[in-house]
Order: sequence, then structure tokens, then C-alpha cells
Amino acid sequence: MIKAILIFNNHGKPRLSKFYEHYTEDTEQQIIRETFHLVSKRDENVCNFLEGGLLIGGSDNKLIYRHYATLYFVFCVDSSESELGILDLIQVFVETLDKCFENVCELDLIFHMDKVHNILAEMVMGGMVLETNMSEIITQAEAQSKMEKSEAGIAGAPARAVSAVKNMNLPEMPKNINIGDISIKVPNLPSFK
Amino acid sequence: MPAVSKGDGMRGLAVFISDIRNCKSKEAEIKRINKELANIRSKFKGDKALDGYSKKKYVCKLLFIFLLGHDIDFGHMEAVNLLSSNKYTEKQIGYLFISVLVNSNSELIRLINNAIKNDLSSRNPTFMCLALHCIANVGSREMAEAFAGEIPRILVAGDTMDSVKQSAALCLLRLYKTSPDLVLMGEWTSRVVHLLNDQHMGVVTAAISLITCLSQKNPDEFKTCVSLAVSRLSRIVSSASTDLQDYTYYFVPAPWLSCKLLRLLQCYPPPEDGAVKGRLVECLETILNKAQEPPKSKKVQHSNAKNAILFEAISLIIHYDSEPNLLVRACNQLGQFLQHRETNLRYLALESMCTLASSEFSHEAVKTHIETVINALKTERDVSVRQRAADLLYAMCDRSNAKQIVAEMLSYLETADYSIREEMVLKVAILAEKYAVDYSWYVDTILNLIRIAGDYVSEEVWYRVIQIVINRDDVQGYAAKTVFEALQAPACHENMVKVGGYILGEFGNLIAGDPRSSPLVQFNLLHSKFHLCSVPTRALLLSAYIKFINLFPETKSTIQEVLRSDSQIRNSDVELQQRAVEYLKLSSIASTDVLATVLEEMPPFPERESSILAKLKKKKGPGAVSVNELEEGKREGGELNGGGGERGGDNSTIAASNASTPSPSADLLGLRTGPQVSAAPPSAGSLLVDVFSEAGVNDDGFLSSAPPSAVSEDAAPPLPESNELLNKFVCKNNGVLFENQLLQIGIKSEYRQNLGRMYLFYGNKTSVQFVTFTTTVSCPGELHPQLNVQAKPVEPLIEGGAQVQQVINIECLGDFCEAPLLNIKFRYGGALQNLSLKLPVTINKFFQPTEMASHDFFQRWKQLSQPQQEAQKIFKASHAMDTEVIKAKLLGLGMALLENVDPNPENFVCAGVIQTKAQQVGSLLRLEPNAQAQMYRLTLRSSKDTVSKRLCELLAEQF
Repeated sequence: MIKAILIFNNHGKPRLSKFYEHYTEDTEQQIIRETFHLVSKRDENVCNFLEGGLLIGGSDNKLIYRHYATLYFVFCVDSSESELGILDLIQVFVETLDKCFENVCELDLIFHMDKVHNILAEMVMGGMVLETNMSEIITQAEAQSKMEKSEAGIAGAPARAVSAVKNMNLPEMPKNINIGDISIKVPNLPSFK
Repeated sequence: MPAVSKGDGMRGLAVFISDIRNCKSKEAEIKRINKELANIRSKFKGDKALDGYSKKKYVCKLLFIFLLGHDIDFGHMEAVNLLSSNKYTEKQIGYLFISVLVNSNSELIRLINNAIKNDLSSRNPTFMCLALHCIANVGSREMAEAFAGEIPRILVAGDTMDSVKQSAALCLLRLYKTSPDLVLMGEWTSRVVHLLNDQHMGVVTAAISLITCLSQKNPDEFKTCVSLAVSRLSRIVSSASTDLQDYTYYFVPAPWLSCKLLRLLQCYPPPEDGAVKGRLVECLETILNKAQEPPKSKKVQHSNAKNAILFEAISLIIHYDSEPNLLVRACNQLGQFLQHRETNLRYLALESMCTLASSEFSHEAVKTHIETVINALKTERDVSVRQRAADLLYAMCDRSNAKQIVAEMLSYLETADYSIREEMVLKVAILAEKYAVDYSWYVDTILNLIRIAGDYVSEEVWYRVIQIVINRDDVQGYAAKTVFEALQAPACHENMVKVGGYILGEFGNLIAGDPRSSPLVQFNLLHSKFHLCSVPTRALLLSAYIKFINLFPETKSTIQEVLRSDSQIRNSDVELQQRAVEYLKLSSIASTDVLATVLEEMPPFPERESSILAKLKKKKGPGAVSVNELEEGKREGGELNGGGGERGGDNSTIAASNASTPSPSADLLGLRTGPQVSAAPPSAGSLLVDVFSEAGVNDDGFLSSAPPSAVSEDAAPPLPESNELLNKFVCKNNGVLFENQLLQIGIKSEYRQNLGRMYLFYGNKTSVQFVTFTTTVSCPGELHPQLNVQAKPVEPLIEGGAQVQQVINIECLGDFCEAPLLNIKFRYGGALQNLSLKLPVTINKFFQPTEMASHDFFQRWKQLSQPQQEAQKIFKASHAMDTEVIKAKLLGLGMALLENVDPNPENFVCAGVIQTKAQQVGSLLRLEPNAQAQMYRLTLRSSKDTVSKRLCELLAEQF
């Protein structure tokens, strides 16, 4: 079973946290910090598995992680999961995000937290894997986007949001996870009233 | 087209997030967040109805704030309202909020359940999936009660869409894990197994997790899944890399599903049906063959996926442990991986080999890799990998290679990472003992261990070496000589001093013939370490000295001189002072004969253990302990100083040391032999008892320090949390019992036989004095004849910031369930404070641990087979299921934790005898954790039904 899925950046700022077992909010934050501490001090090119921190159950659980540019993707799993299988799953997750966001970068995760959660929900449910087929996951995500668009009410919002994003003063400009620059397309939509 | 176009953000959200990101300091961030929270709160509270877009925006903001680690204590109601919306967007954000922020204890569950019920019956697959997700994420008992009947129907209904089926399978799995009793097997079970044949691979992927879990719990009912899984696996393994289209991952067909199928098969023994077995062996061979083929892609993902399947296949082969041919192939394959350039593969190969090493077919094959593994231990850059290498060395160790492996592990210890040293020390100690051919090697190894990693040598390790030396005559002289040499080192570890003190005290005479280690040289050597040691070690050394007086009369005057010195006889530490005084007296008064008897060599250890064991065996039915046996038990407790046999440490150095045990326990012993505590002693306390009983304020059985004026008001009823506070102390004796803004109450307690002494520390946390401070301890109702509690008076005034201490003596007369009440009254700035707590005196405090072997345990277990003698509870783990923590708690309970008794190493068994004045109650415990389900099954059997029941209640709250 997957106990938790955490994404944080190189500075330990959480970008996504999803716990499949109940912890108090405080403990969740401590687990994120503990996990960051354990994972971030490891060199590149060492193995991608390590024993879990004390808070999340110690050596009964493993942390399986991948480091992409500015972000760590960490899955905390129990002994019933295949380590390499989970590594593949992380890869599927990231590739799916990359397809859904077109060259995903840290900013996408920040500004579209709900979408990231939805995509994850198509893959993992209650700590167990629901679907591993990338095109199936993307189809579901697209269907959701379509439904959202058809439900209007938000039609006017995007344009200004885009300009807000563009004009933002970002202290640490995150790099793309896969490729160089951030590319934000400005769709041609009616302006916000 | 990308599924999410970059533009559809929400402006307010974007601005808020970028504001936060621009915050220069934590304070600024908190300020901005609080402003936003206030804004959202007012929006939610405002009269104007919010449109879906705004609701969504605010909920997203709350989620972001939550992710940053701030508590969100509102918005739940709004989220629940969103659930009943007809718009997908609103519903979806409502569910998201709930799955992230609502925990299973929330009171909102009932409202949420209603919304879920509607969505499940909507027949809209999207809504159904949202609802199923929500159930799977929250997974509370209420949800299980509401939906455990419904979900299986959805899962197996013919007209359910595939995506809904997938969600339903995992949803059911979650409910089964949280509330197995509510998910009833039925007609659907056989149909679930057939989902393994489903056309849609996604359905199979989800269903297999469910089937695996159900099979683990009910293997017989799901047996048919084996042949279905084998045929599914065979179809995947033999398919070309393009057959499965989207389920092919980097040229590997359905790797995830293959792994899961192989895992499912690991729940069962090898298939009995020859055809099925043949097909499976073929699959496994194909998988092993594929590993040798050239890769279809250079990408790491390709080899990753391929190896994921390979490792699962190897696990299955190891699990079957019946195909020598496959086992050897698996071992060779792992051998290749041991030298692979990918660290991940080296790690996994080491891990898999550990399990392979225990198979008789492959043990020898594993051993051929010893050099590679030793090399890994020395050269791997990654500590995780090194740790696996150490594990494997431990697993592959046998008589033929023990010396080499122990030597390598010892040399690795000198540079080992701090995080794994303690574990390494234990492993070395175990191997050294297990494979010792000659015990001088064993002694050398353990002394080396102490020299290299003394800080990590736990008490058990050095106790053990002493036990072995004492029990084996042939090694005693060598041990004495070796410790003597080890102590020559200018700086040696305190654990070495302990072992040295103990062994020279017992067997120093064996090397005294050599003028280089004459008695005085030995003594001076030990004494040169004395001043650098901690109090317990010094106490041990003092005991060694008195033993020296017996062994070597010529050292008597020197040692008496030392004992007489101010630094001993007036030592500020009571323990040391008492030992010095008593040993000095003993050595000057007692005749040589008496000394020789009192300070006789320690008897071998197992005999001591078995004496306790025999006592437990002698007892047949409940309450059948004769007075004679009881008296015998008491006398034995007194004379042998009662400590459990395993703890071969300091106290048992000298048979007579009970005469000098630290004052509290000495007093405890005295308490029993003195006048009966229940017979009112002529003290002020007893007068007060009369006063109170006449006033009829409380039960007349209590003794109190309270002056009459303060008891004009009735004692407050116990605080609502007092049961919880009580539970905190079941497995420990010291700690903070209670704390509020004014007062802190700390507890220290100790128990011996049926007696206990508790120190309560009342701390005034304010700067103002507490006046008319009184405390009352009472035994309500039934407890009165079962427990005798006597509280010494306490000062009526506590200055601001000061602490006062109160001593409470406890005598257990019979077994009991309730806890004594402690009432505290005082005035703080004129206002009367009145609070009542339960004193953490529970029946388990009067446990004496009992060691016994597996055979005896189960025999005894069977003897206690009447239904009322057993109490059992199955409960969910409320803490992480860490083995060490569980062990510590069981030890804290006071029973002996028995190793290697239960055939299942995951389980814990304990034995102990509860000492009450009236009788002794033998109790056995078995705790079976299930990490998968996060559940425990706790079983207690005792000769008395009330004891089983009470212990079971107490313990169920601890894990």
C-alpha cells in the first residue's frame, strides 16, 4: 500500500501532499519535513530507496523517490509494493503531468493544485493503484477539463490570471522539469470584465 | 491538446499565491495568510450567496494554505454544500477539499454520506467515481457501515462502466481494511475473482489489489484465483511488446500488473494442479530468460520495468522454495545484479538474497557470493546499500564462515554509520554466541565489540556475556585473564569496566596465581577506573570489592580503607553510601564462614530461571496457590533480590546485595514485614481518618493528609480525561500525570511483589503561592478491600514556582479493576481549585516477569483453556506498528517478553505472575500484529477471569 505521496522542491517547500492514512495535520507537516531531510541529503546516483522516517512507521516502510530538476517526488510505501514498480509509477505520474501541462514545471503544480490532485486521483485511490495506463489517465483528465469549460462561469477568468502569472516577481525561477524554459501559452480569450 | 491549458487559472488564486511567494519572511507570510483566511471567512459567512466559481476559488486557496502547513478550521460546511451541486466543477472541488482535509473522525461524515449516497445512485459514472474516491480516501467506520453492502453490488453488476468498476474495487478494499467485520463475504466473492479475466486491463489492475488482500485473509475462499492469475500472467508474459498497446510501458508488456499477479501468487503454496504448475514454471523461466536477452531499449525505464517483474518472479521462486533448478537460476541472476552498475539493482539483489539465504537449496549458492558482499559492505557509497549488505552477511552466516563474517562485521563497525551501529552490535553478538565453537573466541569477540563500539552495546549484550561466562566453567579463567588485559588500556569503555568488575569479582581468583595479576594488582586496576564511572557502575564495583574481600582476605584492609573514605561512606548518592556502609560493616562483623556463604559464587543462570518457571507450573487451577508456596515465593523474592533472571546485571552480583539495595526498595520490603498497613498506625494520619469518616465526606477507607478545614466541599468528580491519563501510565512508571496552567503533577513510582511506592511531585507553575493545599487519596467502592493506599501528608503551602513531594505507599491485597482517586484542593488567589484524577495504579504494576521456553509456554497456555480465562480484543493500531516500540511497551507492562516462543516471529508473547497479598495470578499474553491491516489481535489468559479482562482492556489502549 502507498502510505503517502509527497512532492517538495529542493528547498523543502511542499508542492503536493497526499496521505492515505490518517495523521494529524501537525504530524503530516513533520513527516514532510522529516522526509525532506532524509531525501535531500542523499547524493545523486545513490539508490532510490531508503527506509522511512520514524514518524511514518520506520523500517516497515520504504521511501521511494525520484529527483527531477527542482522537485522531489517521494512515495512512501509498505512492503507489499515492488520498489521498481513504484519507480515506474512515479515516472508515469510525471510523464502524465508533463503531457497534461505541456512541459510541466514547478509553477504548474503550484497554480493548479486541484488539477494535480485530480490527475493523481486517476492513478492512485485510497493508497492503491487504480490505473497505470498513461493514455487512459490523460483521457480522463481531458474529459474533466472539457466538463469544466462547458460549465462556464469561469470563462472570463483565464486571461487576467495569465497576465498575473506573467507579471509575477518570482524569487526563484523554477526550471522546467524536463526541458529548459517555462512556456506559458496565452490563449486568445475574451478579456475579463 | 494538453489536458490542462495554462490559462484557466483563477486570478484571485494566482495573485494570492504570488503574494505568498513574494513574502520576505515567515511573519509576512503568516500575516498575509491570516488576512486571506479572514477574507474567506467573511465571504463564507456573508449573506450573499457565492457562485460556484468563487466557492471553487476560495476552496483552492484554503487547500494551498493547508499545504503550507497551516490549520484550516472552517470551510468544511461549504465543501459539504458543494457536494450536492449538480455542476461537476463544484462537486469535484468539494470532494477534493474533503479528501484532503476531512479525517475519519469528523462529525461531518453523516452529511457527507448523504451526498455520497445520492451520487452513487445517480448512475452518472463521473459522479459515482468521485463518490467512490471519497469513500476510499476517508475510509471511516461510519462510511463502511453505510456503504459496505452497496459497493460489492456496484462492483459486480453487469452494467457498471469499467472506470466505475475500477474505483469500486479499490473502494471496497479500503473498507475491508478499515472494517473487515462489515464487509461480508457473499455471492459477489466468486464473481470478484473472475475480474482477473476482465477484458479491461485497468479493471484487472484495480481488482488484483482487492483480491490479494482478500486472499491473504480468506485463502480458502479465494483459492480459484491461482489458476486464473497464472493464465493471465502467462498471456502477458508471452505477448509481444505491442500486443497490450497502452499497457505496454517502454516495450515491457503490463509490468505493474505482472508484478501484482506474481505477488498474488505469493499468498498461496505452489499450485497442486500439474497443468497450472507447469504453465507457471514456464512463465517464471521465460521471465528469467528475458533477463538475459539484449534490452529492447537503452532507456532506464525499460530495464526498470523488466527488472521489477524479474524481482517479483524471484520472490515467488523463493516463496515456493521447492524448485531447486529455479532457485539456483534465481541465485545466479541475483549474483549478476550484485555487481551491476545500477545502485538500485545492487540494493534489491542484496535484499532478495537475504531471503534466499534461508532456503536449504540455495544457502550454499548464496554463500559463494561472500566476497562480493563483504566488498559491498566496505565500498558502497550508499548507507542503505551497506545496511542491506550487513543484513545479507548476517543471513548467510553459518558455522563454516562465522569467524570470517564476524571479523568483517567487527572491522566494519569501526567506521560504520552511527545509524546502524546498534543493530550491527546486536548482530555480531548473536552470531558470536550462535556459532561459538570455543567460548574463548566468543569472549574475545564480545570484548572487542565493547572496545570498538562500547556506546552501542546495550545492557542485554553484556548481561549475556556474563551469563555465559558464569555458566561455563571452561571459559572462566580465560575470561578473567582477557578482561584483566582489556582493562589495562588507559581509556576503556565503561561497559568494559562493568564486565571487568563483575568477572574479576567472581573469578579473579583464577588468575591471582600470576604475580602480574595478583589480587592487589587486580583491585588497583579496577579502582583506577572507579572515579571515571557513573553511579551504577560504581555501585557494581563496590560489590566487586566486597567479593574481593571474600576471595582474597589479604585485600581486606586495603578495601576497607577505600570503603571507609569519605568519598564512599559519605557519598551524596544514597545507593553508593548505603553499599559502602553495609559492605564495610559486613566485612568487619561477619566471620569468614558467613562471608563465604553470603558472597558465594553466583549460581548458573538457567537454574534461577527455571525455579520461577517451576513455580508457575506448580500452580494448576485458578486460585490454587497454597499459602506455603506463597510464603516460599516471598522469601525467595526477598533473598534473591527478586530481579528477573535475565537481568544478570549488577544487583545479582552478590546474593546478599538485597541487604544493600537502594533505600526505596529496602523500605518496600520492610513495609511488608512491619505492622500491617491496614491496621491503623498511631500517626496523625489515622486520626484524620476518623475525623473524615465521621464527617462522612468520603469512603472511610482512605488515609489523608488533608486538614479538616479544606474538606468542607465535596471532592470534584474525576476529570473527563483521567482515564486517558491513566492509560498513559500502564506501560511506564514515571512521567507527568497532569498539567494545567497552574499545576503540574509528576509521578515516579516503583513496584516490588505486591507493594508499590509512588512519589507525586506537585509543581506550582505560577508565581503566586498555593494555600491550603491538600490532597486526598481514596479507594472508591469495590477497590477498598482490594487495594490499600496510604498517603503521607503534604505541605499545605506551595510557593510560586516551587515543588512539593508526596509519598504514597500501595499494597495490593487482591486483584482489582478500578483506580484509586486523587483529589487535590487548594486556593489560588482566593479561588478554590478542586480537581480529581485517577492515580495510575493498575493491576499490571504487580507483575513479576516469568521466563519460560516455548514448550512450557504452550503447555501452560493449553492449561488455561476455560473460556472465561481468556480475554481477547481485536483492534486497530493507533500508533505506528514499530516492533521496537511494541517490545518496549510490553516490557513496560511488567511481563517477561519471550523470544522464539511463537512460531510466527511477528507475534509477541509474554508471561508473568501478578502478586497480590491474597494470591498469585499467572498470566500469559499473545499479541499478533497485522501490519497489512494495521490491526492487532490481543489475547490474554490468566488463572483469574477478571484479571484477563482488565489486562486486555488496559493493553488495548496502548498500541
